[in-house]
Amino acid sequence: MAKKIFGRPQSLKEAVFHYCPGCGHSIAHRLVAEVIDELDIRGITIGVPPAGCAVLAYNYFDVDMIEAQHGRGPATATGLKRSLPDRVVFSYQGDGDLAAIGIAESFHTANRGENITVIFINNAVYGMTGGQMAPTTMLEQKTTTTPAGRHKTLDGYPVKVCELFSQLKGVTYVERCTVTSPANINKTRKAIKKAFQCQIDGLGFSLIEILSPCPTNWKMIPIDSYKWIDEVMSKEFPLGVFKDNTTAAKKPAEAVS
Amino acid sequence: MNKVLMSGNNVIAEAAIRAGCRFYAGYPITPQNELTEYMADHMRNAPGGVFIQSESEIAAIHMVVGASAAGLRAMTSSSSPGISLKQEGISSLAACELPAIIVNIMRGGPGLGNIRPAQGDYFQATRGGGHGDYRTIVFGPATCQELADLTMDAFDLADKYRTPVMILADGMMGQMMEPVIFKKPKPRQYNEKFILRGSGDGKSKFIRGLILDAIDMEEHNWKLARKYKIICENEIRYEEHQIEDAHLVIVAYGTAARIVKGAIKRLRDNGMQVGLFRPITLWPFPELKLRALSEKIKNFLVFEMSTGQMLEDVRLALQGYANIGFHGRPGGVVTTPAELANVIARHYDKED
Repeated sequence: MAKKIFGRPQSLKEAVFHYCPGCGHSIAHRLVAEVIDELDIRGITIGVPPAGCAVLAYNYFDVDMIEAQHGRGPATATGLKRSLPDRVVFSYQGDGDLAAIGIAESFHTANRGENITVIFINNAVYGMTGGQMAPTTMLEQKTTTTPAGRHKTLDGYPVKVCELFSQLKGVTYVERCTVTSPANINKTRKAIKKAFQCQIDGLGFSLIEILSPCPTNWKMIPIDSYKWIDEVMSKEFPLGVFKDNTTAAKKPAEAVS
Repeated sequence: MNKVLMSGNNVIAEAAIRAGCRFYAGYPITPQNELTEYMADHMRNAPGGVFIQSESEIAAIHMVVGASAAGLRAMTSSSSPGISLKQEGISSLAACELPAIIVNIMRGGPGLGNIRPAQGDYFQATRGGGHGDYRTIVFGPATCQELADLTMDAFDLADKYRTPVMILADGMMGQMMEPVIFKKPKPRQYNEKFILRGSGDGKSKFIRGLILDAIDMEEHNWKLARKYKIICENEIRYEEHQIEDAHLVIVAYGTAARIVKGAIKRLRDNGMQVGLFRPITLWPFPELKLRALSEKIKNFLVFEMSTGQMLEDVRLALQGYANIGFHGRPGGVVTTPAELANVIARHYDKED
């Protein structure tokens, strides 16, 4: 009898993605949904979409979701998780949401060691609003608000979220990955699974940063955008594990309240 | 029932916990810090209670959004500038039809202002404050007993209408101590289907205020408007104090109304027939009740600790029906009943 080894994850609705051709959201959504299926947590998971291209994530993820205002996802996720400590809560955010307008909420949610998982889609630009500079835009990168290229004095430097957040004691697991090849996609899926498992085991705050292509606003064809991540962006944002306390001290689950 | 002597900020917190509030997030700001501190102690010790000192007033309101969606009775508190910060979140609560309580212990403004009692946030409270077509139920308590009762009622109303409710008090009310009896709270009535707990074995659901299609968004706005109309028809509260034979009626709320009562005592001792109309719900404003008074009474004086905000609602009610005077003391000035009596006396003779 033929065995089905591949199909649409249960945790993804039967909806056609509206994302641009080559966008990393499609892959990231699928990986998160696969992990939720694999860990069998669909019925106890609550997600918080961002303001950004993925604002309509609730049209795709077949889990309970609640919209948050721009950047406030980690605060809303904190409210959810503290109220329902036995549910799995994740916040799915872009670079503006997490590191610009929402930097305080991101930082303090991490610093409090809230037992949630943050999926951070870093595409070095503001997608939904048409390609403006993001905190993670690289020096000399041209965007609609840095038409001459990001300038270190006028615009500051790109923000390294993994590097910064891994310094916080309250943070348990931080990894940066990408989706530019099957090998990388597998690594990303493993990282997402580890992050969700970290939450299920009550071990504290986890964040997975995913370098993601935005061909439309990078003004590249998709295949070039994947190359750009491999050859340029990941030199500035190195891939790898930045903190892993999952095997160290197992925090008691009561620490949340 | 035991009477306890407590200060206003603590009364609100205790009443909330008794009403079953089990989530509080807040940020320190004078003159409401005692409320946050009371919660830090008592909420953490309440069964299932969650207290978070958030990183900002903005974070607090968004934590409340999450807790409310998760089915907890949730509250945040702040004072004027901090309430400004919460406006997007309050708009969000209204849009998503989530219950929550927001406490504003008003202080002098605008801007950084000062830490003294004032009533300069009336517009912000009753005219939305945040963006979009929504209203917030606003209570204007005037005694510590009302702080207790109205805080409990606020939770019931928030659940009943799935909407944010604001307690609009001021720095004086937050600090003053009066004897209070905490009434028995009503059991919570809130439909499970509005609560986000994970889909279990069933269909997933989502809560959102983003509605891209204009026609759908229009219908959502009218749906909210219909709800607000029902609230206006059913939830108005006010007090009429020595109105029956009054030649002049003062309109005031909160601490201002307390001072008015003291002034009325002095004026009546001198033979002047003055009364007080005290709105208790500032939204919905008791417009028609006030207008009804103008059949017999033609002289009104609005007293606020501001440059005149509730004055506009009084004008909507009475303009063309009666004479409307105004006396205001903004900036955190708390006038005395004696001073106010002198002012009122000058207005008393105006119409007659």
